[in-house]
Amino acid sequence: MNIIKNILYFYIDGFKGMKVGKKLWIILAIKIFIFFVILKIFFFPNILQTNFSNNKQRANFVMENLIKNK
Amino acid sequence: MEHIVDLSRAQFALTALYHWLFVPLTLGLSFIIAIMETIYVKTGNKEWKKLTRFWMTLFGINFAIGLATGIIMEFEFGTNWSNYSWIVGDIFGAPLAIEGLMAFFLESTFFAIMFFGWDKVSKKTHLLSTWLVAIGSNLSALWILVANGWMQHPVGMKFNVDRARFEMENFFNVLFNPIAVSKFLHTISSGYVMGSLFVVGISSWYLLKKKDILFAKRSIIVASSFGLLVSIFLIFTGDQSAHLVALRQPTKLAAMEGLYNGDRREGIVAIGQLNPEKKIGDNKNTFLWDIKIPYALSFLGFRNINAFVPGIDNLVYGDKKMGIESAQNKIKKGKIAIKSLLQYKNAKQANDELQAKSALKTFRKYQNYMGYGYLKSPKDIIPPVAITFYSFHIMVGLGTWFLILFLFVLYFSMVGKIQTKRLLLKLALFSIPLGYLAGEVGWIVAEVGRQPWAIQGMLPTSLATSHLSDNSVIITLALFTILFTALLIAEIKIMLTQIKLGVEGE
Repeated sequence: MNIIKNILYFYIDGFKGMKVGKKLWIILAIKIFIFFVILKIFFFPNILQTNFSNNKQRANFVMENLIKNK
Repeated sequence: MEHIVDLSRAQFALTALYHWLFVPLTLGLSFIIAIMETIYVKTGNKEWKKLTRFWMTLFGINFAIGLATGIIMEFEFGTNWSNYSWIVGDIFGAPLAIEGLMAFFLESTFFAIMFFGWDKVSKKTHLLSTWLVAIGSNLSALWILVANGWMQHPVGMKFNVDRARFEMENFFNVLFNPIAVSKFLHTISSGYVMGSLFVVGISSWYLLKKKDILFAKRSIIVASSFGLLVSIFLIFTGDQSAHLVALRQPTKLAAMEGLYNGDRREGIVAIGQLNPEKKIGDNKNTFLWDIKIPYALSFLGFRNINAFVPGIDNLVYGDKKMGIESAQNKIKKGKIAIKSLLQYKNAKQANDELQAKSALKTFRKYQNYMGYGYLKSPKDIIPPVAITFYSFHIMVGLGTWFLILFLFVLYFSMVGKIQTKRLLLKLALFSIPLGYLAGEVGWIVAEVGRQPWAIQGMLPTSLATSHLSDNSVIITLALFTILFTALLIAEIKIMLTQIKLGVEGE
């Protein structure tokens, strides 16, 4: 239990003692939000995952592309 | 369709080039910091601790701003490159999963000790953490470059005709793919050079400003020694990379050298200007002017001064005497491979096992030419020559300049005259952006030079993309440009503020 407490305080003290790091954490949080919440959800769907329900359908779709583009 | 391919390529190029503004400094600076901290632990001199912490802060800024910029490329794989990501999913899955785990455990755990643990853990534990962050960052790069190396030279796999994807047959063949190994070594050593240029350049600024002089001199000695050693290593890894390109990607080598008509005892172009009127198959001069080093291309490419180096015309039209197959012939074989895929699929649907077996046998015979079957013209096998040629020569020229720079900076530092060499200090400062330029043009050589392929010889880039609307790609392209530029401005601003504060401001 003491070890977990020590690790926890290690991080808490570390974050508290940061100078330039605080600014970086804010940038990091905004960046992660834009990447994973805005870009990923609204602009970058995984096309094969979204449009097909199983791997067989995905494989057939890609195979069709490979064959029809000859 | 061609428009969407170009837009998707532009988007991927933009994100990859921005991502690469952050990575090399992480790779190089992490080792320089580890060396500086080792000196502190060995000597017990607190000045070295102060110096280590200063560079560690700049390392942290670069790391935090650059963190996760690579994830955008993974988003793009699923959206813009869905055919490609399905086809290579089985090969890339393992290396990228290992990369993710390694980055998370090695970097994240020891990163915290490195920044928060100065007064909390022993000197040796802290030093070990710093080294592990450096090693972990570099090993993360390994897995990405293994994936990239596989695209340049696909090995250890088999195309599964039922699942429409390449499946890994031998993990170690993929891991120890010679192109992947040489790409890894060349890429990380270019990162080390970038880290050294960064430290030497910023320290030179301090000397020019007559600020934190002892700190700057010590930093210069460490970084220029490291920079000199890794620059020599970079030349060896670059030579090995080019040798493998000569063996595995002859069209890329021909474009890198602007070589149209190959010959034995071929020279290397040290510097030159391409003739913009020159076309494949015509008799016009390739260069408006050039300076060549005789025999060097044959020797460096094939380790034999008498070796024949194929040019663009030889590779497009074939050369029976030299045993080079024409692109037209490869296209014919590729079309047979694709036709046999169609026959296999139809036979499977009709439950005709005999026909399916026969079609599969034909496919296996011609499968290595599959990608050629999608090309419209034999000339399509050639990558854009001008951009590949100039990028390659800029990279080589800058690499040579960095070696000379480190040599002079180290020499004048050792004899105690560096502070008086103001021109050299200015050159060192202005070489920081040149280091970034060298890394970016290096990637342009690697990626533009392997066109038209997404997977060498197997899958052309045009077939790797998804069917998207132009507008959706244009919107995300614009969003990335704004987002990454904002990140870059933030990094430069925070870094400059920190640098101006100096070693005492840490």
